[in-house]
Order: sequence, then structure tokens, then C-alpha cells
Amino acid sequence: MSSRSPAISCRGLRKSYDDVKAVDGLDLEVEPGECFGMLGPNGAGKTTTIEILEGLTKADAGDVTVLGRRWGHHDRELRERLGVSLQESRLTEKLTVYETLELFRSFYAHGRSPEQLLEDLSLEEKRDARVGKLSGGQRQRLAVACALAGDPEILFLDEPTTGLDPQSRLQLWERIAVHKASGRTVLLTTHYMEEAERLCDRVAIVDHGRIIALGTPSDLVASLNAPHIIDFATEPAVAEELLARIPGVGDRRQRDGRWLLNAASLAQAVPALLAALDGAGARLVSLSTHRATLEDVFLSMTGRELRDE
Amino acid sequence: MSERKNPLLALTQARIREFVREPEALFWVFVFPILMAVVLGFAFRDRPPDPVPVGVVGPGAAALEEALTKAGTTKPQTYATPPEGLAALRTGKIALLVEESGTNDLVYHFDPTRPDARIARLEVDDAIQRARGRTDPTPAEETLVHEKGSRYIDFLLPGILGLNLMGTGIWGVGFSIVNARLKKTLKVMVATPMRKSDFLLAQMLSRFLFLILEVGLILAFGVVAFQVPIRGSLSVVGLTTILGSLCFAGIGLLVAARARTLEAASGLMNLVMVPMWLLSGVFFSSDRFPKAAQPVIQALPLTALNNALRAVMLEGKTLAAVSGELLIMTIWGILAFAAALKIFRWQ
Repeated sequence: MSSRSPAISCRGLRKSYDDVKAVDGLDLEVEPGECFGMLGPNGAGKTTTIEILEGLTKADAGDVTVLGRRWGHHDRELRERLGVSLQESRLTEKLTVYETLELFRSFYAHGRSPEQLLEDLSLEEKRDARVGKLSGGQRQRLAVACALAGDPEILFLDEPTTGLDPQSRLQLWERIAVHKASGRTVLLTTHYMEEAERLCDRVAIVDHGRIIALGTPSDLVASLNAPHIIDFATEPAVAEELLARIPGVGDRRQRDGRWLLNAASLAQAVPALLAALDGAGARLVSLSTHRATLEDVFLSMTGRELRDE
Repeated sequence: MSERKNPLLALTQARIREFVREPEALFWVFVFPILMAVVLGFAFRDRPPDPVPVGVVGPGAAALEEALTKAGTTKPQTYATPPEGLAALRTGKIALLVEESGTNDLVYHFDPTRPDARIARLEVDDAIQRARGRTDPTPAEETLVHEKGSRYIDFLLPGILGLNLMGTGIWGVGFSIVNARLKKTLKVMVATPMRKSDFLLAQMLSRFLFLILEVGLILAFGVVAFQVPIRGSLSVVGLTTILGSLCFAGIGLLVAARARTLEAASGLMNLVMVPMWLLSGVFFSSDRFPKAAQPVIQALPLTALNNALRAVMLEGKTLAAVSGELLIMTIWGILAFAAALKIFRWQ
């Protein structure tokens, strides 16, 4: 960690499955000690990218170095120094939590004891439970505990909290923060902007197999030039020309019968909007405002929402 | 920093735990061979074979039936018309049909490729000719052999043992690997520094525990229920079964090395096992196959295992005498393991 060379670096990464370009010329550099997030919708190429970086999938083209080493030459050494939690880490259902940790610990020359790992992820109570009997959140915590068994320099987490209950999510976030606080590197993928904003030092927004924006969460939000979002609906609906005349409003998007406006200043934009609606004879059905998030960054860059649910 | 277990040991232990916590698997490995031995034991228990069913037809049928019943070597049955008798012959209800046309002449209808039909032909003819007054020019006496170690069950039991070692080795290992691949539990382990050879070796080593139980059960059953002899050294029997088991576990690894589905794997397993069921001398000696095929048959691992087990158990042969067979199994095991490691599909 003393070296200044990046913990992970890749250039010109490409990977296709049949006719689908999963990764399409992706460059990435992760500094030692940082928590780096790849944010994007399902199918953006996040999992393919992280599995290439983990040495589990071969890229069609591109150059990858991890801790200054290359896959195919120093695999065992690298595996000793990395911890991997897959999007769906499937563990043998017939073993208990403790037995699973003991097994994974045995693979690494150095690492944390099963007891420490149980404590790390608050799994002490489930120590003797079979993996098959665990809840989704407990299983995911166990998968992360297995990834930590070798006390890794880089922790790879692919969608660590997707589908988890809030309590499990918080416990995982805490544990990831501890790992980062000890000066180690984390690379995670997520489609929760809240997760990215809370955990990540830097975020890469990924769409269609490439990075479309990169920076700290606050820089990315600031790049919108409009830190506030006004979200409203009217009866009858109003036309865009009306909104274009409102001062201080940047981007305008329509979504499910609502308008979303990016505004530099609420104090300026909201009264002007209300006056304009009044003048047009439109009745306000709903109105809310929030500070812009990474979700809004993604929306304004792609015109789509992160989670197409 | 903490101490760790030896990874090979940890993997083997995990595999054993996984197995004993799967009640269905336990059933197939232990109960099935015992059931099979019991069923076969009844089928081949120590008594003369049942009399062969034969049919008689024609005006003199009643006299023929009486003569055959008296001789007791066949089970006669009278049919009203020749077509009825022939129909019974065709459907296998009887092995031979005796037709008497009323002029005392006899016609035997039978299929000469059926061994029981040829026996019936001899027995029936003998009984009828005697009943009609034939005398033998040379009297002959019979001494019946019931010596332990030369009965069919003595031949069969080592074959059943070999068959089971093959079945559980190939199924046990192959099934668990394809299952792990299907449930994707392999992928997360591949992302660790686990040695791939450790994983595959653990699959083979975990067979040991089951081996002791499996071999012990079958041997004990044979010794107690049928007094099958073990004339050679028990440790040579042990070594032979260990090598045989490892060899088939290796073949199981190879069979499952690339299969993505249980169907594909079980097809491959049958492709590997069925020829050996037939050729390797489980139910009858493999010497019965043509000479030209012998080099291939003798090189099969199950033939080597069965031959070695019979030589040690029934003939009391020493380790040196069966070293050729043991070598064949070792070579198969090593080659299969190496090939499996090379072509194994980890994801």
C-alpha cells in the first residue's frame, strides 16, 4: 500500500457474449485505500467488468493489472491478496456457518480466524446453523465473511446489498467502512445510488459497457449545475414551452405523468413555477423537491432511471 | 493472524459432512448394495435349480406327463392342441414342447440357443427313454460338489463388491461435482487461492470413509450369510479395494469434468459403466468373451479389480500375485485424475 501505483487498473476492456457487447472499451483506475463504486442499471456490464478484474472471466481485449500483477501469471499470489464476493455467492447448503468459514480460511496462508469473521459480520448467533437455513441477508453476510477470510488487500463486492433487509444492509455497510478505514481497497458494484453515495470515495457511472461519468459523488451531483430537483404533476398537464420560461431551471424531463425540473435555486424557481401554472390555469396535483442525487445524474445523462422496475 | 487447517483436509472433511447430511445419498451408497446382495443371495442360494417347465401334446400326452413327473427333473404340462403348445413355447412359458403323434414317435420343439431348453431336451429324452424300457450299458455314479469357495455365490460376491466400488466411486464423485457446478458453489471457491488439485483430490479421498463401511458391509454379509471364504490376507483385500475405489473416483472426476447437467453426466456415467458391467466378469467369467477381445477386457479397471478380489479371496493369492491388477487400477486412477484436472470446467 506504500506504492503509489493504482490498486486496480484496466484499459480498453472489451467483452462480448454472442452479439451482445457487455463491456465496450472500459478504462478504470482504482487507487489504493479507496472505495470505488461502479454504479449502473442491470445489464450495464458491471458484473462482467468486475469478474474480469477478479480474474474469473477472460476479456476479449484490454489490459488489466491488479496490485501491479497480471492475471495468467501470478494468479495464486493475487488470489491470496484478494477477497471476492460474487453477485450470487452460492455456498454449500449442508455445511454450517462456522464450517464454511473454517473451509474458506484454510485456503489462505494468512487471514482472519473463523471467530473473528463471525464477529465481523455479526453472525455469532448463526455459528452452528446450516447455510441452507439462513435468510438472504445472513447468507450475503456469510459470503462477505468468506471474502474477508484472507484479510484481503482488495475486496471485490458485486452488488453486496441487492435485495437485503435494511438491517443486513447497514451491517454490511459498516463492515465495508471498517475495511476501508484500515487502508485497504474496495471495489463494489451497485445499482443503489444511496449505497454509492454513502460508501464510495469515487463513483463510475456505467452504461452500455462503458463509463459515462466518473468522480466523487458530490462532484457528479455538482456537475448537474442544478443541485435541486422539483418534482410535480398538474391537472391538466402543462406543455414544455411554459416551463422553459421559468428562470433558473435547467434540465426538464417528463416521467410517469410528472415533470422533473433541475433548478439552481429553489427560492427563485418555485415561486416562478407556481405563478406560471396559475397563469396557465393548471391545478397542482403534487409538488415535492429534493437535493439532486446520483440517480438524477444518471437520469439526466441517459434519460433512464437506474432501476427499471 | 490465525492458524489454518490443512486445505486438503478441510475440503475432504467438508465433502464428507456434505455427504452424510444427505440422507438420499447414504441410502444409495449403503442400503442399495445390501439389498442387491440379499436379492442375489436368494436367487443363487444353495439348492438345485428349479425343474424346467416343459409341455406335452398329442394322444399319448397323459403317459408322457406321468413319466416326466415320475422322473422329477422337469415340470410337465399337457396342452390340448399342438398350436397351443407352440404358443406357450414361443412366449417362454415352457422351454421345450414334446409332441407325440400317436405312433409312439416323438418330436421335440425347442430353441437350441436357450441353455435351459437344451437341458430340458436331455432330461425329457432321458426320462421318456427310461420309462419305455431303455437300459444303460454303463452304470454311472454321482458325487455332488458343495465345497465352499467353488459355488456360484463365491464367484458372485467379489464381483458385487467390485461393481459397488465402481458404482459408488463414479456416481458419488461425479454426481457431487456436477451438482456443485449446477449450484455454482465451485465459482466462489475458484476465486480463492484454493489449489484445484486439492479440491479434486478431496473428492477422491472423501471416498475412503464410505469405502470402509461399504466394503465391510458387503464382505460381512457374504461371510455371515453365505460363508464366502476370504482365503488370502485381509490387508491385501483392503489395499485392493482402496486402489479400486480411488481408481473409480478418478474416473468419476473425469466423467464429470465438463458435464453441465446431471443428464449429460449420467449419460456419460452409463456409457462408462455399462460396458464394464457386462465385460468385466461380475456375473460370469470374462474368459467367456472371444480371445480377440481379451486384451481390452483385461485392461478394464473393473476386470482388474474383480480378478484381484477373486484371486485373493477365493484362491488365497498374495500381494505379489495380484500386483499386475493393482498396477492397472493405479494407472487408470492417475491418468483419469490428471486428465480431469486438465480439462475440468470450473464455472
